[in-house]
Amino acid sequence: MILTIAGKELKTLFASPLAWVLLCFVQIIIAFVFLKQLDTFFQIQPQLASMPNAPGATDVIAAPMFGIAAALFLFAVPILAMRLIAEERRNQTMVLLMSAPVSMTEIVLGKFLGLTAFFVGVVALATLMPLSLAGATQLDYGLVASLAAGLVLLAAAFVAVSLYVSCLTVHPVAAAVGAFALLMGMLLMGDTAGDGLRSRGWGVAAGLAQVLSPMKNFEAFRKGMIDSYAISCLVLLTALFLVLAIRHLDAQRLRG
Amino acid sequence: MDYAVETTMPDPLAATISAQGLTRRFGAHVAVNDLALELKRGEVLGLLGPNGAGKTTTMQMLTGNLAPSAGTVRICGIDLQDDPVAAKARVGYLPEVPPLYRELTVNEYLTLAAKLHRVPRAKRAEAVGAARQRCGLSDVGGKLIGALSKGYQQRVGIAQAIVHAPDVVILDEPTVGLDPNQIREIRSLIRELGGAHSVILSTHILPEVEAVCDRVQILHHGRIVYNDTIAALKGVESGSTVVLGLRRPPSLGELAALPGVAKAEALEPQHFSIQFATGANADDALVKQAAARDWGLFLLKPAQTSLEDVFVNLTRREDTA
Repeated sequence: MILTIAGKELKTLFASPLAWVLLCFVQIIIAFVFLKQLDTFFQIQPQLASMPNAPGATDVIAAPMFGIAAALFLFAVPILAMRLIAEERRNQTMVLLMSAPVSMTEIVLGKFLGLTAFFVGVVALATLMPLSLAGATQLDYGLVASLAAGLVLLAAAFVAVSLYVSCLTVHPVAAAVGAFALLMGMLLMGDTAGDGLRSRGWGVAAGLAQVLSPMKNFEAFRKGMIDSYAISCLVLLTALFLVLAIRHLDAQRLRG
Repeated sequence: MDYAVETTMPDPLAATISAQGLTRRFGAHVAVNDLALELKRGEVLGLLGPNGAGKTTTMQMLTGNLAPSAGTVRICGIDLQDDPVAAKARVGYLPEVPPLYRELTVNEYLTLAAKLHRVPRAKRAEAVGAARQRCGLSDVGGKLIGALSKGYQQRVGIAQAIVHAPDVVILDEPTVGLDPNQIREIRSLIRELGGAHSVILSTHILPEVEAVCDRVQILHHGRIVYNDTIAALKGVESGSTVVLGLRRPPSLGELAALPGVAKAEALEPQHFSIQFATGANADDALVKQAAARDWGLFLLKPAQTSLEDVFVNLTRREDTA
């Protein structure tokens, strides 16, 4: 039943021009960064060759690409996530799901999986770009895998956060802006609050801040590090907002 | 055809849907107050009421879209609160605004509805085909819902509600915005549904209720103020009261004194409402008297209480009270 709902989300997503426009836009930007970094790599290659322990092609080309992709997801995810609940409620199509014999958990998980699958596709397309260099140079496949995995986890966390905000209002645009603001707030907080709290010795609070700052956790993946702490922080954040969304929708049925 | 999750032996006399003490508050406002409702298999119930009487709220509670503040809903004996999944599998719901995905085709949409309602894969195509055929959608299966006219969209909404062959079909104003031909088609469809399913229908259109419903409940300020069968409504006074038209009427006293007449009232100068004494059938005597005394009889017809009279009476009286 979760897969039915996920499938429905993907189908209606691709039936709307919004998804295609965003997909196209994100790909163009990522491709532009890819080409620019490739150019940079050619220019600095002679210097790199003389350096001991120099960064490889993957470090120079793929890591910045995925960083840009993460920044693009910051607004692409909220825009597509606003459709999930807010727009369905506005169009009064949510009733179809609510009257069907499916639980609120299945509805939320289905919607989450559907949109996450879309972004897995975006990440896959982005990953193909550095992989296209495989014949020309020695690629660091470990780093590429770590970048792709990190970006998928990051996208999932963004989707969960945006899905929750999408439950809060029936105005799709308000949902998109709200989700963007929340993600942006998490980004800023992750940069400042986490370090500040840790320097004061408030370990637990700093840990909490780390959970709430997905971008900071993604940094580890960009260094090619599969950090179990960063992974659990991202998974925890995703789970937290999914539970919030389910609880909120259940409460809404009670409140009316 | 029963696609429900658990199959129990259907008892034709058992209530398919029953609600007790259903209450819904929105803050201090009580939208629905202590409502009771019961429907047997094959019955069509008309839910009437002025705007804001609580019809839609009631329907939302019966379909599990809104949790009641108090009271219970049982569908084929399954409590909607305890086991919502099993209960909802037996209900089909068409809300006021049909929940249509405009970007899907009719076939895609109905297949989705069938999947969501847990119609087994092997029976899905058959169920979608049957629903399309019943709702007159056979020719538009491949069209986008957004490209259909309003009447067709309404039919897709109804098809969505019956695709899983539910025991109870709940339709919120299904004929709004349709042309007279479409209204007739939808009405005959509802009649047809009443054969195998129980149907609850909310509407403003009173003749619609008289045409398709077996029973009427009138809601006013969230309370049931009338609950009876259409047959009873029509039968209560017809036969025992007639409307009499006389060109040269005698005095009221003279009419009231006729044998078998219990009460005579003047409606207009030449029209009278004559109520017969219980058991008496004095039409014949009345005609003979009229002829003998040269009253100029031009009209004699049974007085029928129309649903409209009942509706207006019940929903106005409370407003002024």
